[in-house]
Amino acid sequence: MTDIIHASDLTKVFGKSTAVDHISFDVQNGEIFGFLGPNGAGKTTTTRMLTGVIPLDFGTATVLGHDIRSEPVQAKQRFGVVPETSNAYTDLTAWQNLMLMGELYGLPRAWAEQRSSDLLEMVGLIERKDQKVQAYSKGMKQRLILAMALIHEPELLFLDEPTSGLDVQSTQMILSLLRDLNKQGTTIFLTTHNMEEANRLCHRVGIIHGGKMVAIDAPEKLKTAIDRVHKIEVSFDHEIPGDALSGLGSVTEVHRAGDKWQITTQDKDATIRSLVTFSQQNGAGIVTLNTLAPSLDEAFLRLTKEAKP
Amino acid sequence: MNPAGFPEQVRRAWAIAKKDIRIYYFKGPVLIFGVFMPVFLFLAFFMGSRQLPLSFLISGLIGMTLFFTATAVSPAIFPWEGSAKTLERLASCPITIEAIVFGDMIASILFGIGITIVTVIIGLALGLSLLHGIMLLAAIFLAACCFSAIGMLLAVPPTNVPSNIMMLSSLIKFPLVFISGIFIPLEQMPAWGLVLAVCSPLTYFTDLVRYSFTDTHYFPVLVDTIALAVFTLVFTVITMYLHKRTMPQRM
Repeated sequence: MTDIIHASDLTKVFGKSTAVDHISFDVQNGEIFGFLGPNGAGKTTTTRMLTGVIPLDFGTATVLGHDIRSEPVQAKQRFGVVPETSNAYTDLTAWQNLMLMGELYGLPRAWAEQRSSDLLEMVGLIERKDQKVQAYSKGMKQRLILAMALIHEPELLFLDEPTSGLDVQSTQMILSLLRDLNKQGTTIFLTTHNMEEANRLCHRVGIIHGGKMVAIDAPEKLKTAIDRVHKIEVSFDHEIPGDALSGLGSVTEVHRAGDKWQITTQDKDATIRSLVTFSQQNGAGIVTLNTLAPSLDEAFLRLTKEAKP
Repeated sequence: MNPAGFPEQVRRAWAIAKKDIRIYYFKGPVLIFGVFMPVFLFLAFFMGSRQLPLSFLISGLIGMTLFFTATAVSPAIFPWEGSAKTLERLASCPITIEAIVFGDMIASILFGIGITIVTVIIGLALGLSLLHGIMLLAAIFLAACCFSAIGMLLAVPPTNVPSNIMMLSSLIKFPLVFISGIFIPLEQMPAWGLVLAVCSPLTYFTDLVRYSFTDTHYFPVLVDTIALAVFTLVFTVITMYLHKRTMPQRM
């Protein structure tokens, strides 16, 4: 896979405070990359640097093959942005906002009109296209902003907290649209606070804390990487003595938890294989088998705590 | 299509101008500072200066109208857009800061020209004869460009509070009106007043308007025209340079 975003030593200093401190990462073609971090960690500043809204103080950023410092217009022509705060023109209608975007991206009028109709249909605003945006709810504004960011069919989409403060319906609609866009080949750079959202949506996540990147990996790997010991929960269709399970490979501890056994192990893979073999050899059918990995929330809290600036 | 090319950026600047026209022409502060203020200032002076000929007063009104209108829209746009976070939207679009500034200037220029043409028509309706129509149109266009650049220059401080910029703008605009030969003919000004008048682009525009209506002028017409052109160029270059530097601080 090719890199769509290549950030190297990205740095931003505001006065005496270093908001983003020499961070480096790549985002690959076709992936959904989640950018996580607590408030003030430097997520929005990084996004603004990558989108050419504020200049870099140090380092380089290449977006879609264009250096964001020397070729910002060429890069911006190929990506779309949904910023953190709603920023459609409230004195204009949804249609006028989309037409303005069409003109700013140099699209032919007829093409922009057709695309705007399709997008408004897609985000459920076609009936209210001639209404001024000031009368829209937050969810409607956010859907319009997403449509505005998609007017030119971008190859890459930056989203900064796109579902923050939205109702469930708008959140689900936006997340579903993002999945569909990604299936169609759009690379997505998603900044979010919502761990569940990142967990379900992202192929990889980067965690930033105090301006420094503390981890980049797939959500599942991040969750498991923070603990060297793992927990497995298993239940069988008939009673099994705990001692029998204690003797399995890599198992360090076995606890009874209701009708289940909770097994602590240093090698999850080896223990699961042993459990399957055990069940076959003893004629005990496995009813449930769950790996109790930490949640992304826990991984995030652990990683950001360990990296306290 | 080269999105960074000059023709494409000019097209996008025009999109910015159309947006400004739709949104900002009818905003309260623009109408107050751009239309009502010069009218009331003129009426106040007109009531108290009955000995001055109408041609002098109308020329002054035209000068003042263009100055106030062309500097009314442009200073307010950046602070408004900064506070509404729409500036961030523009900054993430494939348009240069110079093109955004140019688009705002176009909106300002058109606003200034439109209202000033109405003032010219009022002057003609009151019985004034237009002796150099082409010159007047050229002067209005050139001065509108110059004054809109001044307006953009006033918006350089990176505040997102429009009233701050409006206050700064009034602080600079009102003294300029009094030293530019609008209420006091240049011939009657003291030497120190003339030194100040020479530094104001409004002086040259007012002189050209008087020439267009009365065939009299203080400076040679060529000097007035070149001075306006030089002011326009200098202010435009400076405003684009400074906005490029201060724009990130508005985000």
